[in-house]
Amino acid sequence: MTHHAEPPAGDVATATDPAGGPSSPGGRDRRTRAAGSSTTPAAETRRLIRRQRRSRWDLKLSPYLYISPFFILFGLLGLYPLLYTGYLAFFDWNRAYYVRGDFVGLDNFRFVLTDPVFIKSLVNTFSIFLMSSVPQVILAVSIAALLDRNLRAKTFWRMSVLLPFVVAPTAAVLIFGSLFADQYGLINQFLESIGLQPILWHVDRWWSHLAISGMVNWRWTGYNTLIFLAAMQAVPRELYESAAIDGAGRVRQFLSVTLPMIRPTMIFVIITSTIGGLQIFTEPRLFDNTPNREGGPDHQYMTSTLYIYVKGIEDQFYGRASAAAWVLFLIIVGIAILNFAITRLLTRRSA
Amino acid sequence: MRTTNHRPRSGSAFAGPRRRNRFLAASAVTALVLGVTSACGGGSDPTESAEQEQLAEGETLTITTFGEFGYDALIEEWNEANPDVQVEQTKVSLWDDWKNELNTLLQANEGLPDVVAVEGDFMPALVAAPERWVDLSSDEVEGRWLDFKEAAATTPDGALLGYATDAGPEAICYRSDLFKKAGLPTDRAEVAKLMGTWDDYYALGEKFVKALPNTAWYDASGSIAQAMLNQVEYPFEEADNTVNVENPELEAVYETVTSHTEALSTKNAQWSDDWNASYTNDGFATIPCPGWMRANIKTNTGEPAPKGVVWDIADVFPGGGGNWGGSYLTVPKSSTHQEEAQEFAAWITAPEQQAKVFEVTGNFPSQVEALEDPVVLESTDEYFNNAPAGEIYSNRAAAIDVQPYHGPLYSDILGKFQDAINRVDQGTDPGESWDKFLSEVEALQ
Repeated sequence: MTHHAEPPAGDVATATDPAGGPSSPGGRDRRTRAAGSSTTPAAETRRLIRRQRRSRWDLKLSPYLYISPFFILFGLLGLYPLLYTGYLAFFDWNRAYYVRGDFVGLDNFRFVLTDPVFIKSLVNTFSIFLMSSVPQVILAVSIAALLDRNLRAKTFWRMSVLLPFVVAPTAAVLIFGSLFADQYGLINQFLESIGLQPILWHVDRWWSHLAISGMVNWRWTGYNTLIFLAAMQAVPRELYESAAIDGAGRVRQFLSVTLPMIRPTMIFVIITSTIGGLQIFTEPRLFDNTPNREGGPDHQYMTSTLYIYVKGIEDQFYGRASAAAWVLFLIIVGIAILNFAITRLLTRRSA
Repeated sequence: MRTTNHRPRSGSAFAGPRRRNRFLAASAVTALVLGVTSACGGGSDPTESAEQEQLAEGETLTITTFGEFGYDALIEEWNEANPDVQVEQTKVSLWDDWKNELNTLLQANEGLPDVVAVEGDFMPALVAAPERWVDLSSDEVEGRWLDFKEAAATTPDGALLGYATDAGPEAICYRSDLFKKAGLPTDRAEVAKLMGTWDDYYALGEKFVKALPNTAWYDASGSIAQAMLNQVEYPFEEADNTVNVENPELEAVYETVTSHTEALSTKNAQWSDDWNASYTNDGFATIPCPGWMRANIKTNTGEPAPKGVVWDIADVFPGGGGNWGGSYLTVPKSSTHQEEAQEFAAWITAPEQQAKVFEVTGNFPSQVEALEDPVVLESTDEYFNNAPAGEIYSNRAAAIDVQPYHGPLYSDILGKFQDAINRVDQGTDPGESWDKFLSEVEALQ
């Protein structure tokens, strides 16, 4: 940047010219003109080479610069914690002094995998996941199909399915808390008023899972519905016309036209809701009303992420929590791959 | 749709630069990870005191409290008198939430306030690892507190790590309207005579539920368990901090509480939605009642009380006395204004200030002089049928004869013990629940 004589306008032109490079016609043009000018040819060539180099770097580097914020953040908040957690999983943790203790090999993994509470939390995680993700996807597709029709006040209906998603989970849990309270909850008072036995939502393992997945479904169904709806609207209308001409009814059209056409979106939603469903935390944490909040006194609805939180933040065993986090991470990766393989297999077969 | 097939072919022409890019990317990620690792690893020694600084213009001394310490007016008073040391308070609603955050901040050794309020149950953990905290002992505060409060914050080397705020001597609060309905005496002196021992208390309960079968005798099995536990000398840990939960005293508390669950308890977990609701639904008749519990009773029952509801306080506690709760103010070594922090903490925990807190929130002082303060002694509580609250709680404080030993794991094990009690509330067999408790305590070590 020592050449003050360089006209700034030309510099900007080169830098912003997307085709600026050794082969660009503009560059060649300018070089011919430069040869006829009064500056020494050698200096001019140097200047041009530098400029070309700069513009080549610009082409090569700036795209990476543009996308770098994500990767820097991912490195800081995603990759680094992931790797450091893996590292910590092999160490003891000194609870009193808040520092890392000795290297203990696989002890933490051994502890976690033989801890009945962790096994119980895994079973709970899968049970809540199945009770939430499966009905959620089915419901979302059906509602989206209904919304894809020509309705009056379309935008109103479409936006209202998203409403639960806007409500903060904490607020939602407060509302559901008074619905599902064991003694004075709305649902139980209703059941008792028509002469039925009240349901012990916080006591019975499976009922508690149902209540929690109810909250999850309430929140996420609308969100997935909108994604499905967007995909359905991209399906060419001619396909429905020709299907109708072939004599296909509404249901047949849905099964044979809509579903195959939105398959890529299906894969996306299934994978994201699998990952989300295996990491449910807020709902069971706040659903719990015992002072300890460890997923019920008998850990009836403790999910694996809650187990990690309790072990790490509450009980201050960072090594064990890290080991549990890695076990859960590997399980989720495994299931995501499995999901992907199954959906791909299905796609191929029908294609 | 098969245009994607072209991609690898055209890509192969750039194999050279691409490989280089991959190398570049890999090295960038490595550099980033290493950089972050070393940045985090290079933190200063947390046991070293932070370098002390002057409070600059506009800078404040920070304090974090939880629940209701009743400090708003007092801090205003301090700020007016000390323009150079302005104090700013952050309030967290629940101790359990603050405990988790405090642990996280201690891990990071970053972001701790200058003055940290901690629950009494957490003090043993501090005393067991005192290197992170400032020794606050001074001539000014010597002998300020009840002996047991001061002892709980003192290390074997004689360092005082916290200034006590309040204490929690327990009385029994009762619904005198429900007592009347059940045909029991309602006068607080007569009621006190009927609850001298735990056997008397449970027997009176049996009588009560026979007359009013839809109302439980006490608010939660957990609170009765806590009350009985506060009279056991070594509840979970021996004097040398070895964990011993299979001792006859603890087993006796567990057996007594769980054997009465079915007949006398609401079976609600403390602090739950159902527990809150049971105040207004004639859910129970009595509750172990430290000074600070009165604020909960008022909020949950409603102020003014619903028609017909009459609360009262009996000057008695089954089995003698008991202390439940009471907090401390501490100063972490990470504070850059330790002197000012100590000065402020000493001022706000002084007897005169804590007597004012008692008037506002009912938190009972732990300072010897405040206990003799006429403001405290002569105070009555209108909500509780004009009971002489000051006199009752002073008597209750004097009746405390056992100070349970709390080791560093006390508050963690207490959580697991409460879970065990709650499991029985939910219908688990007491023996099975006890075995689970033993294995969970095992996992804490």
